[in-house]
Amino acid sequence: MYTQSFSVSDEPGKQQKPVLSTESAEQMAKFDARIDADGRIEPQDWMPEAYRKTLVRQISQHAHSEIVGMLPEGNWISRAPSLKRKAILIAKVQDEGGHGLYLYSAAETLGTGRDKMLDDLHSGKAKYSSIFNYPTLNWADVGVIGWLVDGAAIMNQVPLCRCSYGPYARAMVRVCKEESFHQRQGYEGLLVMMQGTEAQKAMVQDAVNRLWWKCLAMFGPPDADSPNSALGMRWGIKRVSNDDLRQKFIDATVPQAKVLGVTLPDPDLKWNEERGHYDYGQIDWNEFWETVNGNGPCNKERLSTRVKAHNDGAWVREAANAHARKQQQRQIKEAA
Amino acid sequence: MSATTEYLLHLADNAVVLGQRNAEWCGHGPAIEEDIALANVSLDLIGQARLLYQQAAERIGNGATEDQLAYFRDVPDFRNYTLLELPHHSALVGYAKSNMDYGTTIVRNFLYSALMVLVWDALQKSPDADLAAIAAKSLKEARYHLHHAADWVVKFGDGTEESHARAQAALDHLFPYTEEFWTPSAIEDAAIASGAVTDVRTLRAAWDAIVADTLAEATLKRPEVRGYVPEGKHGRHSEHLSYLLGEMQVLARAHPGATW
Amino acid sequence: MSIELKDWPLWEVFVRSKQGLEHKHCGSLHASDAAHALEAARDVYTRRQEGVSIWVVESKKITASNPDDKGELFDPAADKIYRHPTFYEIPEEVGHM
Repeated sequence: MYTQSFSVSDEPGKQQKPVLSTESAEQMAKFDARIDADGRIEPQDWMPEAYRKTLVRQISQHAHSEIVGMLPEGNWISRAPSLKRKAILIAKVQDEGGHGLYLYSAAETLGTGRDKMLDDLHSGKAKYSSIFNYPTLNWADVGVIGWLVDGAAIMNQVPLCRCSYGPYARAMVRVCKEESFHQRQGYEGLLVMMQGTEAQKAMVQDAVNRLWWKCLAMFGPPDADSPNSALGMRWGIKRVSNDDLRQKFIDATVPQAKVLGVTLPDPDLKWNEERGHYDYGQIDWNEFWETVNGNGPCNKERLSTRVKAHNDGAWVREAANAHARKQQQRQIKEAA
Repeated sequence: MSATTEYLLHLADNAVVLGQRNAEWCGHGPAIEEDIALANVSLDLIGQARLLYQQAAERIGNGATEDQLAYFRDVPDFRNYTLLELPHHSALVGYAKSNMDYGTTIVRNFLYSALMVLVWDALQKSPDADLAAIAAKSLKEARYHLHHAADWVVKFGDGTEESHARAQAALDHLFPYTEEFWTPSAIEDAAIASGAVTDVRTLRAAWDAIVADTLAEATLKRPEVRGYVPEGKHGRHSEHLSYLLGEMQVLARAHPGATW
Repeated sequence: MSIELKDWPLWEVFVRSKQGLEHKHCGSLHASDAAHALEAARDVYTRRQEGVSIWVVESKKITASNPDDKGELFDPAADKIYRHPTFYEIPEEVGHM
């Protein structure tokens, strides 16, 4: 369901430099012109190497996030407290798998195979959204993820529906259709709990306390600290700045929290009449970077679970291939 | 409780238990495409369970609900086939832990859905209109489940040496549990007598044929069956159902009376 | 002879909805053969809606025209839809590439 709203270099510290040596100025000019005219770039079009690389990284990070994102919510499927909620949750997690698939599909149009992207994820080389490195500790986490995490994802994804690269934009349209459903269901589940028992209300508040700040950090560091933001903006991949998205999210969410009756755990959260926005407190960016770089509470668990699924499933994939080959031989024999 | 209501619970318990088992693969499947396919199967089964429990609850009355039936009944009340409550691995005691094996999952889904396409087909002619309606919907789903599972049984049986070995091992382990499909039970007999329900034993030959066809294509051997016949539909289960229900029911039971 | 692919081959999926007039390209997926691809496409791209028609084609079997033959952004190497390294079969003798 989500990508980090910034393009994290898979090799931290290495700056992204556009490579222009082998690319003709004429092709570049035509490419720029199309971007500036808000046109689409399609898989067969000429594109600068750096554009291709940035997109592969961003789209595959997004895909990885969807797949890894199945795990924190998947954690509560077996214990869902009603059959209706169980069905809703299975459908949601399944959608996330589907989104991952649409996104790998979009990334593959750029010439990188899915197995290469999965190798990068499993080796720890590729990143995925930081939010999925936190544990889901009670049932309300599921609703809060729907409300806040999917809410944040929608903020980021709607502009991406207009991004310059055709397959990515089209994948995002498909994803957005399914995503708003998820946010509504999450919020509705929380509403029911907040109108329920004291224990249910306490669950929701506990989930909000743990997840609120992590959700704000999802939008990525302030744009001054995001080296790849400028390039992304230039190329119509990134449409809105991290800070603007974060502010938009907070402004939309505070009234929703009021309706729910939960307290957002930020004593500095206050309406600023002058700015016309909510002021908010300091995000712990140290903690964020530690988590992004592999040292959060659940990174190892999430990643090794995906690696295990992949490795344990090898015999299944091989069986399908072997059977397909056998069928092929039989057809050749029959034709002969 | 009427005979048909008891029978509805048997069908519902089958669906919820197997739905629960299949959902355990969410996020752990051998390929994303397969994760999605299995989630679809699970969703269908949970959907069937809901319809069946809702029907049963209506007939029981007294404020009974689908969730009360699914979450607040105990192991001996459950009438599912033992086959469906088994974990996704070879024969081990209730508190042993083991990796999930996709071969076990697929073979079990195959054996059960081969039965259910026949059962639902028969039940859609039931004079009990609500049951017939549920059967008609479930038949479409069961056909898909059978198609999916049978395809994979063939890929495994006629795939690699490893997949063949795993599929045969799963079959050797699970096939004996299907004997329970054909044993008499008071609940089924009463429901049959009421005219609402077909005698599942009349479907045995057709089931054997489906199984034989697929196993032949998969180059797998049908195992011999002897000795103990499971009694899950009589409320006498394996060690595994208690753990499955323990997990499934824990949160709902911690908050009795809460609405979700 | 063909390359032994670790992964399942890539298939493009086209769906005509119940009320639709033509098949539309929805995306791609990996499957071991055509029948498998069809089943997967049903699950992934239609969530098993009734009355939809699905086509699957192995991606490498698609030949594409160049979108801007008038010379706008024209890459002469691209008559395949993707620039996948695995789309181009390399003889075994050449080794790993």
